[in-house]
Amino acid sequence: MELFDLPLIWAFIIGFGIIMYVLMDGFDLGVGILFPFAPSEESRDTMMNSVAPVWDGNETWLVLGGAGLLAAFPMVYSIFLPALYIGVFLLLAGLIFRGVAFEFRFKARTSRYLWNWAFAGGSTLAAFAQGAVVGAYIQGFETANGVYVGGALDWLTPFTVLTGLGMLAGYALLGSTWLIMKTEGRLQEWAYRITLPLLAGVLVVFGIISVWTPFVDDLVRGRWFSSLTVIWVLPVLTLLCAFQIFRSVRNRFEGMPFVATMGLFIFTYLGLIVSRWPYVVPPDYTLWDAASAYESQLFLLLGLLFVIPIVLVYTAWTYWVFRGKVRAGEGYH
Amino acid sequence: MDLDPLILSRIQFAFVVSFHAIFPVFTIGLASFIAVLEGLAFKTRSPIWEKLSAFWTKVFAVVFGMGVVSGIVMSFQFGTNWSNFAQASANYLGPILSYEVVTAFFLEAAFLGVLLFGRDKVPAGVHLLAAIMVATGTFISSFWILSANSWMQTPAGTELRDGVFYVTSWSEAIFNPSFPYRFLHMGLASFLTGSFVVAGVSAWYLLKGREVEANRKALSMCLWLLLFIAPAQAVVGDFHGLNTLEHQPMKVAAMEGNWETSRNVPLLLFAIPDQENQTNRFEIAIPSLASFILTHEWDGEVPGLNEVAVEEQPPVAIVFWSFRIMVGLGLLMIIFAVTGLVLRAGGRYWRTGWFLQGLRFMSIAPFIAVLTGWFVTEVGRAPWLVYGMMTQAQSVTPSLTGGMALFTLIGYIVVYGLVFSAGVYYLMRVLYVGLEDRHDEDEHEAERPARPFSATHVPFEYSNDKPKKPANQGGH
Repeated sequence: MELFDLPLIWAFIIGFGIIMYVLMDGFDLGVGILFPFAPSEESRDTMMNSVAPVWDGNETWLVLGGAGLLAAFPMVYSIFLPALYIGVFLLLAGLIFRGVAFEFRFKARTSRYLWNWAFAGGSTLAAFAQGAVVGAYIQGFETANGVYVGGALDWLTPFTVLTGLGMLAGYALLGSTWLIMKTEGRLQEWAYRITLPLLAGVLVVFGIISVWTPFVDDLVRGRWFSSLTVIWVLPVLTLLCAFQIFRSVRNRFEGMPFVATMGLFIFTYLGLIVSRWPYVVPPDYTLWDAASAYESQLFLLLGLLFVIPIVLVYTAWTYWVFRGKVRAGEGYH
Repeated sequence: MDLDPLILSRIQFAFVVSFHAIFPVFTIGLASFIAVLEGLAFKTRSPIWEKLSAFWTKVFAVVFGMGVVSGIVMSFQFGTNWSNFAQASANYLGPILSYEVVTAFFLEAAFLGVLLFGRDKVPAGVHLLAAIMVATGTFISSFWILSANSWMQTPAGTELRDGVFYVTSWSEAIFNPSFPYRFLHMGLASFLTGSFVVAGVSAWYLLKGREVEANRKALSMCLWLLLFIAPAQAVVGDFHGLNTLEHQPMKVAAMEGNWETSRNVPLLLFAIPDQENQTNRFEIAIPSLASFILTHEWDGEVPGLNEVAVEEQPPVAIVFWSFRIMVGLGLLMIIFAVTGLVLRAGGRYWRTGWFLQGLRFMSIAPFIAVLTGWFVTEVGRAPWLVYGMMTQAQSVTPSLTGGMALFTLIGYIVVYGLVFSAGVYYLMRVLYVGLEDRHDEDEHEAERPARPFSATHVPFEYSNDKPKKPANQGGH
C-alpha cells in the first residue's frame, strides 16, 4: 500500500524550505539588524531598496513551512507552537512591524524615523526569536503522549539566549555580505569594515554553541564523539567557509563573501540535522512518529510537486531581474 | 479572578480572525470589479474605465497588503492556542489550508505583479488576463478556507480513530453538506461588500463634484449589480439557514431565540434572551412566522434549545442579536438597491444628496453584516469546534495558561491597533487623493522596487505643501 517513504520525502521538502527561508529571509532580516548602525539616512534608503523587491517572497517560505508542517508533521506543529507560545508571538509581532515598515517608510516623510525603528526593532526581534527556536529544538521538549506539557518559558534558557544571539550575529553577517555584493561606494566600504568583526562574533558564538550542545543532550554527544566520525567534515567545511569570507573580504571580492556566508549557514544547518536526525521533536519523537496519515501527505504532495518548481523559477527570475548594484537615490528599473 | 485560557483563546481567535476577515471579504469582491473594469477598458478603449480601474487597483493593493499581514498570524493560531485540535484534524485541515497558501503563493508569484505594475509594460490583453486571474485566485483561496470551515461545521468524509480524524473521502470532506451554501453566501457577501464600498466612495466623490463622469459610471454599475445580488443574498441566506436547521439545529434555535421545541413558533423581532432562566424577556413577535420560514408550514415544528443540556447550548444572546443585525442590514441593502432603481428615472440617482449621503454610510454596512454573520455561525457552533465530534474545551492547548493567553491577547490588540490604524489611515489618504492625476507628487516613486503598496504613490502624511524630497532623490 505505502509505495514510498513519504515522511522522508516530506522531511526533505520541509528541510529544504527551512534552509531556503533562513538564507533568503536571513539576509533581509540582517539588513534590518544593521539598519540603525548605517553610516547615513541615505545609506538606509539604499539598504532598504536592496531588499525591498524580494523580502515578501522570502517570507512566503515561512508561511508555506508553517502550513506544510501542519499537513505533513502535525505533531511538530502542535508541540513546537505551544512550547514556543510567547516566542512565536514575538516573532510574528517582529515580522509584522518590519513588513509594514517596508511599505510605509517610503511613503513617510516626517514620521520616517518611527518606521526606521519599526524596521530595525522588528528585524532584530524576529531574528532573535528564530535563533531561540533553534536552541529550543536542540534542548528538546517536555512531552507526554504527543502533547507538550512543559511551562510557558521553558524555551528561554541561557542556551537559547545564546543561540538567539548567534542567529542575530549570523543574520547580520548575511546582511553585511549581501550589502557588499549589492552596493558600492561609502555604504559598501562600511559593509566591508563591519563584516570581519561580525564574522569573529559569529565564530565565537557558534563555537560556544558547538562546545555546549553535546552537553545538552546525550544523543548528540554520542553521535559526535563515538559513532559517526565522518560528520566532522561538516564543521571543517564550516571553518573553511569562514576562512573564505575572511580571505575574500581582505581581497575586496564582491560576491564571494555572501556566497561563503551562505555556505557557512548550510554546513552549520547540516551539522544540526545530523546531530538530531531522525528526531524532529527531541528527545522522544522521530519524523515517522510525527507524520500525518499517508493519504494526507500524498494529497498535498501532488499539488506541491506542481507548484514548487514554478515558485523556484519565479524566485530565480525575480533575483535575475533585480540583479546588479543598487545605487543611492534610485530603486531598480 | 481566575483567567480561563479557553475563554481567552476564544476571544483572541475571534479578534484576530475578525480583523483578518474584513480584508479578504473586500478584496474578493473588488478583484472581480477590477476585472470587469479592465474588460470594459479593453473592449471600449475608453480612458474612463482605465482611470477607474487604475484607482481601484491602488485601493486593492493596500487592502490586499493588510490581508496578507493579518493572514500570517492566522496560520499559527491553530498551533499556539488550539494544538489538540490541530493534532486531531491535521490529516484533513493541513492539506486544505496548505492548498490555500499554495494558491495565494502562486497567484502572487504569477499575476498580482502584472496587475499592479504592468499597466503600461505588458499588452492590454495580458493585463486583462492578469486581472481575471487575480479575481479567480481570490475565489480559489476562499474555496479552500470555506471548505475547511464548513467541514468543522458539518464534518463529512472523515472518521475519528483514537482521537485523530482520518480522511476516507476527499471529495465528501471538501464538498461537505454546508459548504455549497456557505461558499455561495460568502461569495455574494464579497460582491455586496465590494459594491457598497465602491458605491459609497463614488457617492462621496459625487457629493464633492470630483471626477463626476467616471464616478457616476462606477456608481451606476454598482447599483445595477446590487439590484440583483442584494435580494439574491436573502434567498441564498434562507437556503443556508435551512441547511443549518438540518445539520446544526441548536444554532438555529439560538438564532430564533427558541427555548422549547414546539409548533407555531413566532418570529421574534425583539427580545432579550435570558440564558440563566432559559427564557426571553421583552419579546416582540410575529406569530407562527418562524415556523413558516423554517418549515414552510405555519404549524411546523421547530427544535428548541431544551433538546440539549444547558452546558451544550451556544451563548444565545450573541447569536440571536448578531443574526438580527445581519438580517436587518441585509434588508437595508435591498432597500438601497431598489431606491437606486427608482431614482434612475430622470438620472436622479447620482444627483440626489440624501441618497448619496446614505450610500456613504452604507459602505460600512457589509463589513458589519459579514462579521455578525460569522459571529452567528461560529458562536452558534459552541460548545463544539468540530460539530458533534470535538468540543472547544477538548481542542485548546493543554499547556496554555490564562496568563500566557492574556499576554498574547493584549499583545495582538496592541500590534493590530498600531499597524492597522496606520493602514486604514493610509487607505483614507489614498481615497482622499482620489482618481485625479497627481503626477507632480512623488514622481521618483515610479522607480521604486515592486511591492504591493508601491502601486500607490500617495504620501503617508496629510499635507498640502510640496513634499520635501530626501537628499538622495535630488537627481530626478
